[in-house]
Amino acid sequence: MKQFQYQRASTQQGVLEAISKPGTKIIAGGTNLVDHMKHGLIAPDKLVDITHLPLKGITPTKTGLHLGTLALNSVVSEDALVLQKQPLLSMALKAGASPQLRNMATVGGNMMQRTRCTYFYDTTMPCNKREPGTGCGAMEGYNRMHAIFGASAQCIAVHPSDMCVALAALDATVIVVGKKGQRHIPFTEFHRLPDDHPELDNHLAKDEMIIGVDIPDNNFAKNSYYLKVRDRQSYAFALVSVAAALDLSGGTIKKARLAMGGVAHKPWRLFEAEKFMEGKSVTEETFKQAAQIALQGAKAYEYNAFKLKLAPASIVEALKQASGLA
Amino acid sequence: MNKRTLNHPKSTTGTSRVDGRLKVTGGAKYAAEFNVKGLAYGVLVGATIAKGSIRSIDSKKAENAPGVLAVISHLNCPKIPGYAAEPAKAPIKIFYDDKVLYNGHAVALLIADTFERAQYAASLIKVEYNAQKHITSLKDNLGSAVAPPSDAEFKKGNPDAWQSAPFKVEQEYILPSEVHNPMELHAIVARWDAPDKLTVWDKTQGVKDTQSNLARIFGIPVENVQVHSKYVGGAFGSALQVWQHEVAAIIGAKVVKRPVKLMLTRADMFTSVGYRPLTWQKIGIGAAADGKLVGISHWATGQTSTYEDFAESPADVSRQLYACANLYTNNKILSLDVGSPIWMRGPGYATGTFALESAMDELSYQLNIDPVELRLINYAETDPETGKPYSGKSLREAYKMGAENIGWHSRPKKPGSMTEDGWLVGYGMSTGMFQADREPATVKATMNDDGSLILQTAVSDIGPGTATPMVLIASETMGIPIENIRFDLGDSAYPNAPQQGGSTIVSSVGSAVYLACIALKEKFQQLIGNGGTDKPDYAAVLKQHNLVKLEVVTDSKAGTEVDKYVMYSWSVHFIKVLVNPLTGVVKVDKATCVADSGRIISPKTARSQIIGGAIMGIGMALMEETVIDHRYGKVMNASFGDYHVPVQADIPQIEALFVNEPDLNINPLGAKGMGEISLIGMAAAVANAVYNATGKRVTELPITPDKLVGWGELS
Ligand SMILES: Cc1cc2nc3c(=O)[nH]c(=O)nc-3n(C[C@H](O)[C@H](O)[C@H](O)COP(=O)(O)OP(=O)(O)OC[C@H]3O[C@@H](n4cnc5c(N)ncnc54)[C@H](O)[C@@H]3O)c2cc1C
Ligand code: SF4
Repeated sequence: MKQFQYQRASTQQGVLEAISKPGTKIIAGGTNLVDHMKHGLIAPDKLVDITHLPLKGITPTKTGLHLGTLALNSVVSEDALVLQKQPLLSMALKAGASPQLRNMATVGGNMMQRTRCTYFYDTTMPCNKREPGTGCGAMEGYNRMHAIFGASAQCIAVHPSDMCVALAALDATVIVVGKKGQRHIPFTEFHRLPDDHPELDNHLAKDEMIIGVDIPDNNFAKNSYYLKVRDRQSYAFALVSVAAALDLSGGTIKKARLAMGGVAHKPWRLFEAEKFMEGKSVTEETFKQAAQIALQGAKAYEYNAFKLKLAPASIVEALKQASGLA
Repeated sequence: MNKRTLNHPKSTTGTSRVDGRLKVTGGAKYAAEFNVKGLAYGVLVGATIAKGSIRSIDSKKAENAPGVLAVISHLNCPKIPGYAAEPAKAPIKIFYDDKVLYNGHAVALLIADTFERAQYAASLIKVEYNAQKHITSLKDNLGSAVAPPSDAEFKKGNPDAWQSAPFKVEQEYILPSEVHNPMELHAIVARWDAPDKLTVWDKTQGVKDTQSNLARIFGIPVENVQVHSKYVGGAFGSALQVWQHEVAAIIGAKVVKRPVKLMLTRADMFTSVGYRPLTWQKIGIGAAADGKLVGISHWATGQTSTYEDFAESPADVSRQLYACANLYTNNKILSLDVGSPIWMRGPGYATGTFALESAMDELSYQLNIDPVELRLINYAETDPETGKPYSGKSLREAYKMGAENIGWHSRPKKPGSMTEDGWLVGYGMSTGMFQADREPATVKATMNDDGSLILQTAVSDIGPGTATPMVLIASETMGIPIENIRFDLGDSAYPNAPQQGGSTIVSSVGSAVYLACIALKEKFQQLIGNGGTDKPDYAAVLKQHNLVKLEVVTDSKAGTEVDKYVMYSWSVHFIKVLVNPLTGVVKVDKATCVADSGRIISPKTARSQIIGGAIMGIGMALMEETVIDHRYGKVMNASFGDYHVPVQADIPQIEALFVNEPDLNINPLGAKGMGEISLIGMAAAVANAVYNATGKRVTELPITPDKLVGWGELS
């Protein structure tokens, strides 16, 4: 196999210097990166291990909760503050991967994980994301797991994360750092749609790293639910998933947050449907109408047409669970 | 074994696997773990087209990579002697010519001094092809199916009778192809000890078959081939034949003059060791108002490769299961540009019962007769196909036990009418059957003067824990504790035994063990003379006679009983499912599986067999499916991430019950096989439960949420 260098970074500065050189990749838990190396999707010259940086903390701030990029998925999902303030995040994390993987996976790594499109993984197949300009194998191929929102003529892949769907719903902010200093990116604007550059999954610059995520306090804790619909009960990626969070006053919806996974190249926040629900009463009818609004503009391919039914059905189910109507 | 203790849900009765500790502590050594001296490592390169020929192979870069010992392909492969005599339709002849027969067909082997170097260098080999138009879709080419050479259509009475029955079901079914995915990957370590002497450590279900096949392929005497396969990490039929990778490793070892290890990757398992064929089926079944069947017609077309006519004859079950005057079965195969299928747990019957038992269920709702009752109305007292008596059949009792255990009476009579915590509730059931065989087997039994008994035979243990029942049989027959008995298996040096497949081992080898013990005891009686006890202190007798050991070699095989009777094992599966009315997610909430397979010799390992088969059945019903992108003829979900088998969270409490009625017409033990019947029928039972829960009949497996969500559709 191709030889590569391994460097353990002890400072943020060290990481930034290392990644300023082409061919260098950050490694955190390694659960996605190493797979990519094994499948021959990437062959870095150098890996810079960031797991020894002091970025593991889960700490309360004046306005919410801060997650260091190295906080492990398993630790975040069981953290007392997370369970108390943001149970939706805990549910989403526990719906992802397996306990063994969550024990390795980090916040930043989870955000940066790449699509599970089988054509992306198979180096004998065309794929614009892996090799721009070769075509999209999935477009007219086996696209059961693929997008119904925001796809382009270049790529119809979905982002596979569960955690990110919850963070998108919870109005989180990503904190990144580069040579020029820190940037704060709204979570919903961190990942991008494929348009003409499917090779880019997000707006992180090549010489930047993620250092953490901020989640503002909210009143959703009592009425949130993460629904993941998959082909088996555990250890499978979402056919569709729904993060639903409601702030209820009596039988009325004061605020609503709704995002989906498994349907787009990024966690898919449903702003219109949220707006529609605000001020409405908690009924199955409200949820059905919200689901219909959510589905506007959806487009399916040969094998994923079922998502046009499964997505709204799942939105209704998630909202029922979140509101206690179920 | 008392029936009450045997069938108690929390029963832990019975002896634990005698090799259990070795297996869970890593003490059991599998084929790929034999790191013999001087070992080199082989990696195969698979074709990336589905049909055509190899135009060129550029291996310069690979050959110059560090540690590379050889690159072997059709361009330079030494002649493999046995290939010349192969029939026209035969397993792939590796590196034989420039033809590519399917996507993944091995076209080159790279051997290096470490695995990592071999893998890297193999990625540097560039193969160019002349591609031809390939055909890999069964559904689009059903019209081109033909009768397999071995199988004619079967007719009894009027084949069209079902059509004029007052109640009838006509339905088509699809069972996707399922891949062999035992935990242990196929692997071989091959070493030439002399130009005509070969030793292999290999994953195989039959060391003797592998031995004779390798001798034939390499043109050397059988006794010059040694096959070791003491532990097998699961095999469901994939290790029943010698595959191309085994021949490749052996020829590779010859070329580099070093032992070669070749272990398949998980992705290779999807292309290189067979699979359960994708099969289309159609059933026409008709009944009178009282439920009596008027006719059953069953058509099945399964896929095969272009180079082998593999047929598993799924339609046969429809002429064997129910009493019916008019029967018609028709099995066909369709050649595609894919790798060959192979037997997989419950071959033919697992596929066939999905169709037949789904159709019976559908018919029961039409007739408004309880599905169990409908089966009892049509219960066959003699074999519908031949009219012969059964060697043993207690299926009636199995239905009763299962129905009681699951609480069948509480099922919703009307589909979609019962909920639990917002989930729809459904109950379903199905029957399973599989022929019960007894193959020739020979056991050598040696009693030593320290009181230890050594049993030896060349059977494999592909997972069920074969040594355990064998030791139990010997213990009971000889009257000595199991700790004093050792059962040696998995080595071609031992006396003949059948392949482990088709649920025959307890019946075949178990009987041989029993007869060997009887023969050994007789030898002791001759020593002791008249009046001695039947179960003496063997060690003392040996010492008394100045002997270090006494041994016998005993053959055992079926007799004329096979002409008198038809012999089957039977099973009944009862399933309760929960279905989410919105998302279509199905959860199996309870499973009760009853085996009618003669006397239960080893309750604990028997229970494990049933539970394992039931889990595999849940996978077949709800998740397993090989997906091919027909543009490339390539499997697109060749990984455990994309090809789903059940995980713990998918599996409920499974109750394994046994009728435990000895069938002494098949063998002296009264025991029949249960490896296959534990799976056979499961898929239909789950599908029938889903219908009962939702009113939606899914006829194309697997039942994933997308197949059900339509009915919960928003207005
Ligand atoms: C079998 C399997 C099943 C899975 N199932 C699920 C599932 O159901 N749901 C789900 O959500 N996920 C699932 N996952 C994915 C898993 O969540 C991710 O692999 C994991 O979150 C990645 O985190 P990591 O720390 O291991 O990242 P790594 O593998 O170390 O890195 C991933 C990427 O992130 C980059 N990176 C890491 N940290 C930073 C940083 N601070 N700044 C910039 N770049 C960074 C790396 O360079 C790399 O490109 C599954 C994975 C596997 C292997
Ligand atoms: S969907 Fe995107 S990732 Fe998948 S093959 Fe097309 S371009 Fe590649």
